[in-house]
Amino acid sequence: METDKVASTHSAAPKLILEQVSKWFKTSSLRVHALDDVTLRIAEGEFVCLVGPSGCGKSTLLNIIAGLDRPDQGLVQADGQTITGPGPHRLVMFQEAALFPWLTVLGNVLFGLKLRNGLTAAEQRETTEYYLELVGLKRFMHSNVHELSGGMKQRVALARALAPNPSMLLMDEPFGALDALTREQLYGDIQRIWSQHRKTIIFVTHNVREAVCLGDRVILFSPNPGRIREEFAIPLPRLRDINSVDLARYAAEITRVLKGYVPHEVAE
Amino acid sequence: MIARWVAASLFFALLVVAWQLVVEAHIWSPVLLPSPLSVLEYLRSAVEDGTLREATVVTVRRLLIGYGLGILVGLPLGLLTASSRWCQDTIGILALGLQTLPSVCWVPLALLWFGQTESAMLFVVVMGTLWSLIIATDNGVRTIPPIYARAARSMGSTGLHTWTHVILPAALPFLLSGMKQGWAFAWRSLMAAEIFVTILTGFGLGHLLHYGRELNAMDQVIGVMLVVVIIGLAVDAMLFAPIERFLHRRWGTERP
Repeated sequence: METDKVASTHSAAPKLILEQVSKWFKTSSLRVHALDDVTLRIAEGEFVCLVGPSGCGKSTLLNIIAGLDRPDQGLVQADGQTITGPGPHRLVMFQEAALFPWLTVLGNVLFGLKLRNGLTAAEQRETTEYYLELVGLKRFMHSNVHELSGGMKQRVALARALAPNPSMLLMDEPFGALDALTREQLYGDIQRIWSQHRKTIIFVTHNVREAVCLGDRVILFSPNPGRIREEFAIPLPRLRDINSVDLARYAAEITRVLKGYVPHEVAE
Repeated sequence: MIARWVAASLFFALLVVAWQLVVEAHIWSPVLLPSPLSVLEYLRSAVEDGTLREATVVTVRRLLIGYGLGILVGLPLGLLTASSRWCQDTIGILALGLQTLPSVCWVPLALLWFGQTESAMLFVVVMGTLWSLIIATDNGVRTIPPIYARAARSMGSTGLHTWTHVILPAALPFLLSGMKQGWAFAWRSLMAAEIFVTILTGFGLGHLLHYGRELNAMDQVIGVMLVVVIIGLAVDAMLFAPIERFLHRRWGTERP
């Protein structure tokens, strides 16, 4: 079932197993084949980036892993358990911050924590403050969401996703709407947090450079139907700088391969 | 802030002066257009003999109970129509239709069904509140960005928790405008009902207005109208303004 390469790299029991996952979407006029026969293994603590043009099913796959969507075919397992719905160990960070405007920053980060059993109010508060400190926003604890910049909102969303201490973080183009400078800061932050807390991170993006900057592995998807085409190991040392020449070399190679799988009008 | 107070006071002082000037020009008989002072005199005497207080209590109690009932029923029904297609096609369409009906139209029916009783008044107020609240709740819930519910679900929120902690607060701006509209409808329909008919169980502001007309006491009519306006403003300031301020602050929709 799995390729030799993947088997040799990750011999321990994988954190996440996807086997022959397929998914169709029905719209009023047509049936879209969103995912076709996707097989993937992700090891504990791995940082994996899913890359591809829009419509390649990478976000759909993320939603399936999150338990927000169900596959039509195939097997999805996390920690040896079949995924049947959202779980406390897999939290999602969306493209828009999806913060709740009726809560303060503090309230937003507390939201997920309050749904955990067995934490006292003081512990919840302490945890919230710890993670807000981690993303550098403790000062803004009592701010309203609309008072934050786009980058700060995504930082709060990151704190909100980290606070319940999930073992897996699913990120759906979380930095897509941010300006370049803010994004660069967040690349540093997310790598730092990942190396300190050793989460398994699955990161969806259409930005190849971003994927190379963050991922241990970059999985390349192609659209119509969404398929895994190739995967690339990125053995560059951490912390990686998005502007480094080595990184650009990997990105250039992956972009070249990507263009081969995409019709020209989609690849620009 | 002070400048705004001064401007507002000045404006209303000018209105009263203009009123007095028109009275002194003797265009209309003082029976038809009483002077500001005689209206004030009526209000003073009505406060002193307790009729105004009594009527206000009767009217406001009807309004608050009816309005409360309308919200209590309308809110869950709106949530239902927003979450089930079946409810949308039944209750939703009913609400949409009845919302277009001016709530005064319920008065004759209420009198036939309940007689000249408190229940008839409450019925009219509830009918005024209910439908617009159902529509507003339904509308509010449907306009919530789906990403809120997805984010909540991914954090483990389900069922009732999602409704009370995500859907309702997210729909709050819509709920508030629905509540304001419902309030306006309820207030108007109650006044109309009270002017129409004498309700044996209580003598409200509408009745005071009605008897003012019967007795050709325009100072009473205008005085009661002023009280009705003041109650409207007071409810806005006490009930809606605090929620609105909270919404503007949290959502960041305040005008600079």
